[in-house]
Amino acid sequence: MEFEDFAPKLSMLLYGVIAFVVVIGGLLLLLDVVPNYFARRREAALIAASVSTSDGPAPPVSRRLRKPGEGLLGIAFLIPALLLLLIGLVIPAIRTIILSLFNGDSTEFVGLSNYGWIFQENDIIRVLTNTLGWVILVPLLATGVGLLYAVMVDRARFEAVAKSLIFLPMAISFVGAGIIWKFVYAYRGEGDQIGLLNWLWTTLGGEPQQFLNNAPWNTFLLIVVMVWIQAGFAMVILSAAIKAIPADIVEAARLDGVTPWQMFWRVTLPSIRPSLIVVVVTITIATLKVFDIVRTMTNGNFDTNVVALEMYNQAFRYQENGQGSALAVFLFILVIPIVIFQIRNLRRQREV
Amino acid sequence: MTTTTPVLAGEAVEEQPPRTAAGRVRKRLNSRTATTVSIVIALLWTVPTFGLLLSSFRPEDDIKQTGWWTFFTNPQLTFENYNEVLFGRSSSSGQLAQYFVNSIVITIPSVLFPIALAALAAYALSWIKFRGRDWLYIGIFALQIVPLQMALVPLLSFFSRGVSVGGVTLMPAWDLADEQKFIQVWFAHTCFALPFAIFLLHNFVSQLPNELMEAARVDGAGHSKIFRSIVLPLITPALASLAIFQFLWVWNDLLVALIFAGGTRDTAPLTVRLAELAGTRGGEWQRLTSGAFVSIVVPLIVFLSLQRYFVRGLLTGSVKG
Repeated sequence: MEFEDFAPKLSMLLYGVIAFVVVIGGLLLLLDVVPNYFARRREAALIAASVSTSDGPAPPVSRRLRKPGEGLLGIAFLIPALLLLLIGLVIPAIRTIILSLFNGDSTEFVGLSNYGWIFQENDIIRVLTNTLGWVILVPLLATGVGLLYAVMVDRARFEAVAKSLIFLPMAISFVGAGIIWKFVYAYRGEGDQIGLLNWLWTTLGGEPQQFLNNAPWNTFLLIVVMVWIQAGFAMVILSAAIKAIPADIVEAARLDGVTPWQMFWRVTLPSIRPSLIVVVVTITIATLKVFDIVRTMTNGNFDTNVVALEMYNQAFRYQENGQGSALAVFLFILVIPIVIFQIRNLRRQREV
Repeated sequence: MTTTTPVLAGEAVEEQPPRTAAGRVRKRLNSRTATTVSIVIALLWTVPTFGLLLSSFRPEDDIKQTGWWTFFTNPQLTFENYNEVLFGRSSSSGQLAQYFVNSIVITIPSVLFPIALAALAAYALSWIKFRGRDWLYIGIFALQIVPLQMALVPLLSFFSRGVSVGGVTLMPAWDLADEQKFIQVWFAHTCFALPFAIFLLHNFVSQLPNELMEAARVDGAGHSKIFRSIVLPLITPALASLAIFQFLWVWNDLLVALIFAGGTRDTAPLTVRLAELAGTRGGEWQRLTSGAFVSIVVPLIVFLSLQRYFVRGLLTGSVKG
């Protein structure tokens, strides 16, 4: 492991940072210099015009000398971001929709048959039902756990530390989380168990299990990993919402002698409803796209495959661009109703 | 069992509001139960990570034959796993030092570029008046919902084959080899980050007081000057939250790296290598545990030290919607 191994990479990093300084610095300089230049010319022209008006009719100020419209400047600030969005997102997304109507190597138009394929193959139907399981269970469990914890920790001491610990998995990559939990689920045929779950299981008198190989429970065990990560997100957002409930409402309810149960359902829950919806929607969308956890832990084997992983496999392992693109579009279509739901909610909220 | 206790305790208190001394004692008890239960759950949440961390310091034979909880009766620690997984020479060892550097090389420009470009765009979208501005913002906002997967196949072919329409080459292939592949990873990450970055910064930039901008304009400052000397300093906390988000996203990303960075040790980041190790050497726990921790430690430090900014960004980014 000598320095030579790293040198080419580090020089790439250097180039990258230099490119950053040049591009952004150059852009700012340009935005500074160009409008100034026009402003000065305009000034000079005005002076010239005022001098010449004394001995003759005022010449019309030519169009070029007028203050340059802000539109141009606005575009100049925006142009790099817009170009990248166009090249990196908008055009590729349109291309993906077109590709989904073609065959595997994009040479022959096949109409909607790639979409038909999604609903015909038994393997893919399995993928769809698994994804459905994920999309129902993860938001439900993660939000539920997060909400319970937010309510409970609100009255507890060491609140900050406890919250940090729950929140911590948010910083861990899905791959890292996959390995952490694969270790929890680890199996040994004989001798001591090294996986926590199998150890508990055998201590309670069960036979050691290959948990990750047994459908449908293995999908549930993968879902647990996602819940473990997302509960912290739900907890942080909901905890902030709970703290934002006006104290006089809580006080008034308490004077009316409500039980904690009523307090939760009649006061807390309605007050944090907007945040609750945001949390559910965000987690649902993240869950639809889940890919790394499944790929790391089972690679989609043993009936654990999901749409995002199958999309990757079709497009980049089997080079089936048509079917891969169709799955990507399908994923996109699944997101749309969720987003519409959220926009409606936001609008209703603003009207109130 | 543990979850029912606080509810019961809570009821006991609320039936009799804590006006009396006894009530106050009960309230304190209640908060004590809540504290205990919260801490127990928090610890439960941490056990899997703790088990991995502890295992990564145990000798290979111990990891493979006994559970990590037996460490407390038979404590033995070693750094051999880390030495092997980071610097081992054989192809089966992790060689993670190389991938660690790759992760850094990928991450730094992929954080810098989108933030700077998004700040410029957010400023223009909030404070420069031009026709169609609001529609443009709505369009960018809407792009947030387009899944990454929608862009992957065409973007890869854009890099590897260029753009040609009807046989006419509009743009040649980038033909990037070895270390140059970093460029396409930066490019992809920057594009994918922009919609959310612009949205988040727009939330902050558009909230700045109008009088401030007017005053600067009266003093003769142009947009560029206002952006540099007024807007940027004022939105530093927002830039910090965005930087943390983007850092965590890029460092932890697997999908974009798999497709655009390739799988070799020249360019692939830690996540790609770890996923590979988990697949091909699933039983080599001494490498997986230490390797996983190598990839986790940097985001963990960033996260713990800058948690305040992260939470603030999370709140403005998701709740304001």
